Amino acid sequence: MNDRYSRQELFAPIGSQGQTKLRKKHVLVIGAGALGTGSAEVLVRAGIGKLTIVDRDYVEWSNLQRQQLYTERDANLRIPKAVATKERLTLINSKVDIESHVMDVSVEEMEQLVKDVDLIMDATDNFDIRMIINDISQKYQIPWIYGACVGSYGITCTVLPGETPCLNCLLETVPMGGVTCDTAGIISPAVQMVVSYQTTEALKLLVEDYHALRKKLISFDLWKNHFAAINVEQMKNVSCLSCGPNPTYPYLAFSNQTKTAVLCGRNTVQVRPSKPMDRNLESLAKILSGQGGKISQNPYLLSFSIGNHRLVIFKDGRVLIHGTKDIAEAKTLYHRYMG
Amino acid sequence: MELVINGDKVEVPNSVETIAHLLHHFELQQKVVIVEWNAKILEKGLHQETKLCNGDKVELVHFVGGG
Repeated sequence: MNDRYSRQELFAPIGSQGQTKLRKKHVLVIGAGALGTGSAEVLVRAGIGKLTIVDRDYVEWSNLQRQQLYTERDANLRIPKAVATKERLTLINSKVDIESHVMDVSVEEMEQLVKDVDLIMDATDNFDIRMIINDISQKYQIPWIYGACVGSYGITCTVLPGETPCLNCLLETVPMGGVTCDTAGIISPAVQMVVSYQTTEALKLLVEDYHALRKKLISFDLWKNHFAAINVEQMKNVSCLSCGPNPTYPYLAFSNQTKTAVLCGRNTVQVRPSKPMDRNLESLAKILSGQGGKISQNPYLLSFSIGNHRLVIFKDGRVLIHGTKDIAEAKTLYHRYMG
Repeated sequence: MELVINGDKVEVPNSVETIAHLLHHFELQQKVVIVEWNAKILEKGLHQETKLCNGDKVELVHFVGGG
């Protein structure tokens, strides 16, 4: 036993008792981008018992400005984020059980992932997945912490099943379009601020200091020096289909799931086959080699550049189509090369 | 008219008479926004009819997806 947690234990609201509680907790982080790497590092350094982190993407140069666990090597080799994250986190704290998955999370995956989880951290980049997280959270009574940022703006809210309003209560409609990291960019301090709010709420929950929880939705703009905090308790919808007395968990229904997604800040569309598959990358490389493009490969994925586009094919069947934000165009390219 | 928006005193043009106008003024009309008006959360259906007065306190939070 060394003194690695001594300063955290000296902090009275945590103490040695809180540290013991932290050690027994399992946190699921959805996404290993800017928010995910930030949250994961804080929680692993703090000494939680287990961290599960999932991400569908791989590291690129444009990530390094803010995604704090990644290095130039990861970008050069296009290492999947879940793989690079686990490597780095294990070096930071080998005593934490770290499980990582290169995976696009939808309802089926989420049902598996939440087993024995005490808290879900939102580090995603779209509302399709957040509505799934929200319904799963209600179904299994697991708290989750919404966080998002774009430009110099950030927003966060803690959702406690049975107590606070859920995201479905707050939104009324799922936001569509608007600015993204694609159009407005993102600065690292905005990420770090959201991470700070999210992980502080997480620590309060994990050490069971429930009275210290914030109870307000907050937003800020670091560049414009704005800050807002709204008490949203009165927004709890008594007939909410996600958190009301007769829930149907609408976002867990197949009809509400999206099979294509535009990736934030990447000029990229992901196309996902209806069922996971085990794609043979070797034979695919042979097929594509006759198409006149350029092919490169690592054990996890195959990259195929042709014209202004680049297709990155993962073993589980997903394809990232770089060079477009147009879903229809992406589907066309997908079917042209994948069959 | 002077309003207190997210804690800061802000001068808005006289054409801004309602909450709906205010959202338009800040180009938030297309976004999902939570509006707190004088410490009370306003349902979306009331944005058009809620008139603003000098000194009103308004908190505006809009949802974003990035991360």
